[in-house]
Amino acid sequence: MAKIQGKVIRLGDNIDTDLIYPGKYLAIFDAQEMALHALEGFDAGYPAKIGGRQIIVAGRNFGCGSSREQAATSLASAGIKVIVAESFARIFFRNAVNQGILLVQVDRSLQVADNAEVSIDLDKSLIKYDGKEMAFIPLPAFLLEIVESGGLVNYTRRKLGR
Amino acid sequence: MILCNPVPTSWNFFRLNVFCLSANISFYIHKSTRQEDMSLSLTFVQKALAINIGAKSVVPGQIIEASPDGAMSHENAGLVIKQFKEMGAEKVFDREKIHIIFDHRVPANTDKTAEGQATVRRFVTEQGIRRFHDVGDGVCHQVMVENHYIKPGLVYVGTDSHTTSYGALSAFSTGIGATEMAAVWATGKIWLRGPETLRLILHGKFPKGVYAKDLILQIIGDVTAEGANYMAVEFDGEAMERMSISERFTLCNLSMEMGAKSAVCPPNKILQDYLGKDYVDAPWSDPDAGFAGTREYDLAKLVPVVSAPHQVDNVQPVTALAGLEINQVFLGSCTNGREDDLSIAAKIVKGKRIHPRVRLIIAPASRKVMLDSIASGDLAELIRAGGTIITPGCGPCLGAHQGLLAAGERALATSNRNFKGRMGSPDAEVYLGSPATAAVSALTGVITDPREYVK
Repeated sequence: MAKIQGKVIRLGDNIDTDLIYPGKYLAIFDAQEMALHALEGFDAGYPAKIGGRQIIVAGRNFGCGSSREQAATSLASAGIKVIVAESFARIFFRNAVNQGILLVQVDRSLQVADNAEVSIDLDKSLIKYDGKEMAFIPLPAFLLEIVESGGLVNYTRRKLGR
Repeated sequence: MILCNPVPTSWNFFRLNVFCLSANISFYIHKSTRQEDMSLSLTFVQKALAINIGAKSVVPGQIIEASPDGAMSHENAGLVIKQFKEMGAEKVFDREKIHIIFDHRVPANTDKTAEGQATVRRFVTEQGIRRFHDVGDGVCHQVMVENHYIKPGLVYVGTDSHTTSYGALSAFSTGIGATEMAAVWATGKIWLRGPETLRLILHGKFPKGVYAKDLILQIIGDVTAEGANYMAVEFDGEAMERMSISERFTLCNLSMEMGAKSAVCPPNKILQDYLGKDYVDAPWSDPDAGFAGTREYDLAKLVPVVSAPHQVDNVQPVTALAGLEINQVFLGSCTNGREDDLSIAAKIVKGKRIHPRVRLIIAPASRKVMLDSIASGDLAELIRAGGTIITPGCGPCLGAHQGLLAAGERALATSNRNFKGRMGSPDAEVYLGSPATAAVSALTGVITDPREYVK
């Protein structure tokens, strides 16, 4: 996962867990089925509108609200690999890492439009867009290890020696 | 409102963690700080987490590996079980520390929910988990508190964001996701980041018609929805000498809506009287501990407030929204569905009839609350006035079951979130307020200031 490149889904501030994954689907435990409702609360056109894009760029407090892990799992299952935001709500932060999503925190000066092309260089902790470069603060190493394991299930399996 | 020391608005998880970027978590485990031999001034959360890991202190930003004293899940235990099995785990780390309480969709709303609940019941039997509560016992947090499963000063995790509620009993408690809970079940451990503390000092007495719900909504409006992200929130001040356990519960529960990791009220005589023989001493913050911020509130200056769509920090005085037509009132939830809440509402509607446009839906927070409210006559008054009682549990709060809203409808709820689509249609509106504001508005059919109606 040294470099990830692609078009972004641009979202705003305070994208809450009900927008990412409405409460009426909480009885679903199958990750593939969860993917069918990713971002549906935000816009009924999703998840079709994801259209193969793997990177979300959002504003402040991404994932605020419920502890529902389906918010992170549905995004991961729908193909989201990276979420770039100015800040993350704490439970979503943990859930996303535990589902193997790479989280990148940037400041407000990152200006990218919906569908803009960005490239994220993990080794150098740089995000490149629109001919510009911006440094981001990478995840702590132990969390990166969980992400690179594909999430906490694989990570714990290994820890348990299974 | 006196603002002493503002909360940093651009508080940053990573920057404060920069020191551990290249290190492995194990390096930080069970290590205390260089301050070890000095006389330390610490916050509650520093002390509680330090006791848990057997250290003298936990510094904000420090990553620790904690051993939870209790781990709570609701129906999402079904998802926890799935992840637990995928991890290759077989036995839970300690069956006495695991709590499972059905509340989100009770009784089962669909065959899918029924299957999920059946899976959990089988697992509970196989693993010998005794602290299991099936449909009708109540909202998980209420059940945890009223059964005294929570002990002051100990550390709890729960697969629900409002797990912050256990600070009502002076415990550290925080919400986590299902996969993380599976790892807790498997290993008995979880990584936590030592949080900063935001201190809220409360003075004075509430005016007539103003309640703990108005106070905490006002605080959330001031601090904003992410103003306490990653922080421990602490309530202190002489007003805590009068704050009931139910009020403490409301304060700690809703602190989640400003991003808090945990929230806590002081161990005091009220807590001691409530827990009786189950009371144990708990630490409390030293007055000169390092707080990230302090805010002071004079309760006498507060007014009834409502949180307007679609964010909890969109807080306005009830007077600013008075007259807005509503279709539904929800009286319940872990935030405000207890005996005192139902009693406040019952006194207001007694001998009257709710507005014909309004559906008044009441979900007692637990079986015990329901029984107490039957015994007091409060439930009868609410039913006589036109209210509908549903199963103790979460009810329509999270939009999964019972009492959902149609497009264009507007609800006033005593619950905790007003996000778009939270209670049914994404084209409906949810306003949050106190049980008194809810009851008065149910009578008039419009958002109404409760102060004139409260005796």
